[in-house]
Amino acid sequence: MTELQRLREAFRTALDLPADEPVDDLRYQDNEKWDSLAHMSLVAAIEDEFSVMIDTDDVINMSSFAEAVRILGKYGVDVK
Amino acid sequence: MSVFTLPQSSKEKALLAELSDLVDLHRSRCEPYRRILAASGFRSASDISELPWLPVRLFKTLELKSIPDDEVFKVLTSSGTTGEVSRIYLDKAAAATQTRQLGATLQTVLGPKRLPMLIVDTKSILKDRRSFSARGAGVLGMATFGRDHVWALDNDGAVDLDGIRGFLAKHGDQPFLIFGFTYLVWLHLYEIAREHGLDLGNGILIHSGGWKKLVDQAVSPEEFRNRLAAVGLTRIHNFYGMVEQIGTIFLEGPSGGSLYCPDFADVVVRDPETWAELPPGEPGLLEVVSTLPTSYPGHVLLTEDLGVVHGIDDGDWPGKRFSVLGRLPRAEARGCSDTYRSADS
Repeated sequence: MTELQRLREAFRTALDLPADEPVDDLRYQDNEKWDSLAHMSLVAAIEDEFSVMIDTDDVINMSSFAEAVRILGKYGVDVK
Repeated sequence: MSVFTLPQSSKEKALLAELSDLVDLHRSRCEPYRRILAASGFRSASDISELPWLPVRLFKTLELKSIPDDEVFKVLTSSGTTGEVSRIYLDKAAAATQTRQLGATLQTVLGPKRLPMLIVDTKSILKDRRSFSARGAGVLGMATFGRDHVWALDNDGAVDLDGIRGFLAKHGDQPFLIFGFTYLVWLHLYEIAREHGLDLGNGILIHSGGWKKLVDQAVSPEEFRNRLAAVGLTRIHNFYGMVEQIGTIFLEGPSGGSLYCPDFADVVVRDPETWAELPPGEPGLLEVVSTLPTSYPGHVLLTEDLGVVHGIDDGDWPGKRFSVLGRLPRAEARGCSDTYRSADS
């Protein structure tokens, strides 16, 4: 799997979304399944998947799929 | 990137301008607030203490919001023992700001890294994810600052000693975060740590939730610190905050004994009879001000808590340092920890 596929998978698992649900345009404040509890699951899932430790500010700022891609870049994970 | 940087005079100057703008904003967007202001005869303030305050109780009886219905993103409610709850309306911008400023405040003492986190509570408070209790929301808000979360209490509210031991075996040799309501920390962590010789030496404790139950057991804030220090826990930060000013917390400094105001907030202590501002050393009713409430008029609130300013620009961090002394006697008990029921009750 590519990094992009792995990130999509982490989002679907953490947010309990169907396997074929498009997630690339997801935004925290627009999706009702992406609540604060799911956000913690999502961060944990991303950390596990990519073996990174995400700082507090990045957890707070991870407000969309696109933002997660950008943040992972800071940790040396090139999502494409 | 501390948010405890401004000496009192510069803070008051900055806050007065921002809070006066908020008065105008809420007056133009929140009709009940406009009527209250009109009745009060308020024109302008030349000092923070002259800004018009709302009793925090009003959020239980009035719908106070400064955003149209279709921009309401979240409605927060407080816990209350009489069934009356405050309703706090956030739009997306206000919700994002409060999270960010809470983060900035806590990172002053926790640093930028998320620490392994021991939560002195039970996972069952998050059971109904559509409607968390205030306690659940508090724990969840704090969870952002931790990783590898472990709950110190099992689903029945009993201490999970094996769980705590497992957490300490894995993370105890590096800084870790402990979070819980003051009473639960005392009852379920301090006692257990003492009894079983647990080493909490690398812990940073963040706690809140009122002292009433501890005062009933004759435990003062000072004794709380001293006794926890005896089990190795010396980095302790109490905080004071309320849902009606979500995102703003007043945080205890490293030396203990005083709460400090972040740069975007302040406190005023008032004489409960005359409403005049009281000087340091004289206890009175606490008023809390913050620039964060933009979607509801919670920027200047008169609480039902008694407090005292200990000093100004003379402590760990600049600005006022103060203590909360308890609830004004006649006020309704509405603390978060009051919702706690132990398993056998």
